[in-house]
Amino acid sequence: MFNAFRTIVVRDLLLAMRRRSDVLTTLFFFVIVVSLFPLGIGPELDTLRLIAPGVFWVAALLASMLALEKLFFVDYQDGSLEQMLLAPQPLSILVLGKVLAHWLVTGLPLVLLSPLLGLQYDLPAATIATMMFTLLIGTPALSLIGAIGAALTLGIRGGGVLVSLLVLPLYIPVLIFGAGAVEAEASGLGGAGHLSMLGAILLLAALAAPLATAAALRISAE
Amino acid sequence: MLEVVDLQCTRGDRCLFSGIGFTVGEGELLYLYGHNGSGKTTLMRTLCGLVAPTQGEVRWKDQPIRKQRDEYAAELLYLGHKNGLKDDLTGVENLLFACRLAGVPVKEEQAWKMLEQMGLRGHEDLPARVLSQGQQKRVALARLLLSEAPLWILDEPFVGLDVAAVALLENVLAEHVARGGMVVLTTHQEVALTSGKVKKLRLGWKEDGCV
Repeated sequence: MFNAFRTIVVRDLLLAMRRRSDVLTTLFFFVIVVSLFPLGIGPELDTLRLIAPGVFWVAALLASMLALEKLFFVDYQDGSLEQMLLAPQPLSILVLGKVLAHWLVTGLPLVLLSPLLGLQYDLPAATIATMMFTLLIGTPALSLIGAIGAALTLGIRGGGVLVSLLVLPLYIPVLIFGAGAVEAEASGLGGAGHLSMLGAILLLAALAAPLATAAALRISAE
Repeated sequence: MLEVVDLQCTRGDRCLFSGIGFTVGEGELLYLYGHNGSGKTTLMRTLCGLVAPTQGEVRWKDQPIRKQRDEYAAELLYLGHKNGLKDDLTGVENLLFACRLAGVPVKEEQAWKMLEQMGLRGHEDLPARVLSQGQQKRVALARLLLSEAPLWILDEPFVGLDVAAVALLENVLAEHVARGGMVVLTTHQEVALTSGKVKKLRLGWKEDGCV
């Protein structure tokens, strides 16, 4: 079972290495969206510090959304999804492998780049650290939840728009607790409560989302 | 033994086939034929468990396949219309990943050897996207050489192959059947099998649109 999981992760990472443009699109989208706000609002540091958590989180959410469409579509097109459905391992394990690989190439770079972007908002080091931490637990949850939507809309024309409508409402709790943790930490209230909720969402998503995604894939591939 | 009982499949309002029943035992090859759109591919996908039948069931070793999905999957090799190859991976990588995913542990040297046997010498480490249609099919079919699954379900395996590759595939199929394996395949051309028992099943029209 672990072998199949590893096979999928290695294969998808290799594919991402061979086709870097897909990965870079997401990353650049995040960088540009985040950078547009300071340019548009002007150098009012108080305002920037205030809006930073929200802007970062909304941008991460949209970037994650953007990358979703490709999650299963290529596999569906070239027939490797059929082979995954017929693999002698539980499909949810393979799904988890795919989501992990997807997060490593589309989610993790955002987390790593966020401190640099935080400088544009004049964020203190402590706030930047909290922001990174919330993104680190929040973005995998986004990928896991998004996978359900991607699987449900597989093979539907105009699936990209539909996926946003399906998934964005489900992203709201992650957004609230993710941005909330940073704000609470920055204002000195302590974000432990928000962070615990974010961690709980991640755990719940890690348990339930692969099963739901596997079921959705079986329906979509029929 | 693969056993199909009173199978019916509908797509929307249209009945693709109904009342289909057959068995494929050890050392037997079932040859499905019928005009385009007669439901051959749907029947094959139903046999694999990818499509749920509206009525009837598919049994493997006397158990319905939906109750033993993983066990059945381990003993089944399905090659569909789509080859399941990744454009950006080389032939060897494609073969390795496909086998590992199917639970067949394969070493890299083995993969190289099998691709050479499939007549792909010198093309093993080219990305699949630069290979021709026939060569891609050969890479996909190389899995048959490494497979230990007793049941092969092959959808149009001969499409796009040249004369040499057709002969090669016929040999592989004959060997598999001689070893006691089972094959279900669709094709539009006559397959020459020297060993084993060949069964035929025609899907096609009748007045009411069902078989």
